[in-house]
Amino acid sequence: MQRAIPITVCFVFGFFMLLQFFVPHKLSVLAYENVLDWMQIIFVFTLLVGAASYIRLNTKKVVQTQAGWGYNLVALAGLSLMVILGFWKGTGENTPFLWMFNNLQAPMQATMFSLLAFFVASAAYRGFRARSWEATLLLLTATVVMLGRVPLGNLISHWVPDTANWILSVPSMAAKRGLYIGIGLGTISTSLRIILGIERTYLGRR
Amino acid sequence: MQIGTLIAAFLTLCIFSFLYKDNPFYKFAEHLLVGMSVGYILVIAFNTTVTPKLINPIFQEGKIVYIIPGILGLFMFARFLPKYVWLSRISIALIIGAGAGVAIPATIQAKILAQMQATMIDFATVDGIIIFVAVATTLAYFFFSKEHKGWFGATARVGTWFLMIFFGATFGYTIMSRISLLIGRMQFLLGDFLHVIK
Repeated sequence: MQRAIPITVCFVFGFFMLLQFFVPHKLSVLAYENVLDWMQIIFVFTLLVGAASYIRLNTKKVVQTQAGWGYNLVALAGLSLMVILGFWKGTGENTPFLWMFNNLQAPMQATMFSLLAFFVASAAYRGFRARSWEATLLLLTATVVMLGRVPLGNLISHWVPDTANWILSVPSMAAKRGLYIGIGLGTISTSLRIILGIERTYLGRR
Repeated sequence: MQIGTLIAAFLTLCIFSFLYKDNPFYKFAEHLLVGMSVGYILVIAFNTTVTPKLINPIFQEGKIVYIIPGILGLFMFARFLPKYVWLSRISIALIIGAGAGVAIPATIQAKILAQMQATMIDFATVDGIIIFVAVATTLAYFFFSKEHKGWFGATARVGTWFLMIFFGATFGYTIMSRISLLIGRMQFLLGDFLHVIK
């Protein structure tokens, strides 16, 4: 029963959502929209479970004064502050919640992502070697696209940004399209396997 | 100088300090960022989903049927109770099953038919022919039911060239987007914070 109920639920809802696409009746559309709402609601609860797990983990480290517990306290303080300000003063314009987001969270996020520029450049320096025709093609394309995105490229020749744009809009886009079609076919086959109960890994082992 | 700018500059420098090595300032900013991000997502999720899609329909509009997703949502907390963990699978099954059902027609439309249509739309230009050849050869590379030998192997090989162009372009584009973020942070530090540049 512990496995049969989820498999049945999966089949019923999956089959209904698939079938609904071909039944444009207002009742069918209403039921479809309701199920979409249900999915969103349950998804938010999965976020809550993740947050609860995160709070539990950090609290445990703080209470047991494990190594680096001070950082866990900082994490809990940050979380609590955002939640309290968000629910107490709201999230609109000129609220402390938005001030915290703009002056603390957003700069930290942007800096964290900008750090990747150093690591990707360092990895590229170590990894980029024109050992084969394919590797050379990758190296050349990356170089042209990078030069084409900065003023230096235009300074060298207007062909550089033009070529970069052409690469992005023709061969690169076409290869991406091929990948998309492949991903689409994979999505359909996996979705059918899930609905029909062949793919059950989401149930876990027990 | 505004207190917000001062705090943002301090936290930016804390994160940049990781370029030297892992240190307490970086760890402080890292943990603060993760904690704040979790808090932010919780508040936004509550305001955009729980209130308008669960609380309001039940208590203001009298839509009792919305109690079902509420209960299914609460089942997710059974993850913390080993004896009742199977209850959470019902909620997961609904999301996965309904998601799979929605995905099939949406994928056929957006990822297959629309892409194929756009590929075959313009054979009169060189670019149109290149696009068609690139899509066909890329798909040939991912077709593993036939051995990659002879003419088919050669076709698949051409597909790998286009894939390399895609990977190179994506790599270059990603680096440049990160660089532009870095420039943004530098402009903030040297402009808004230190007033060295305008």
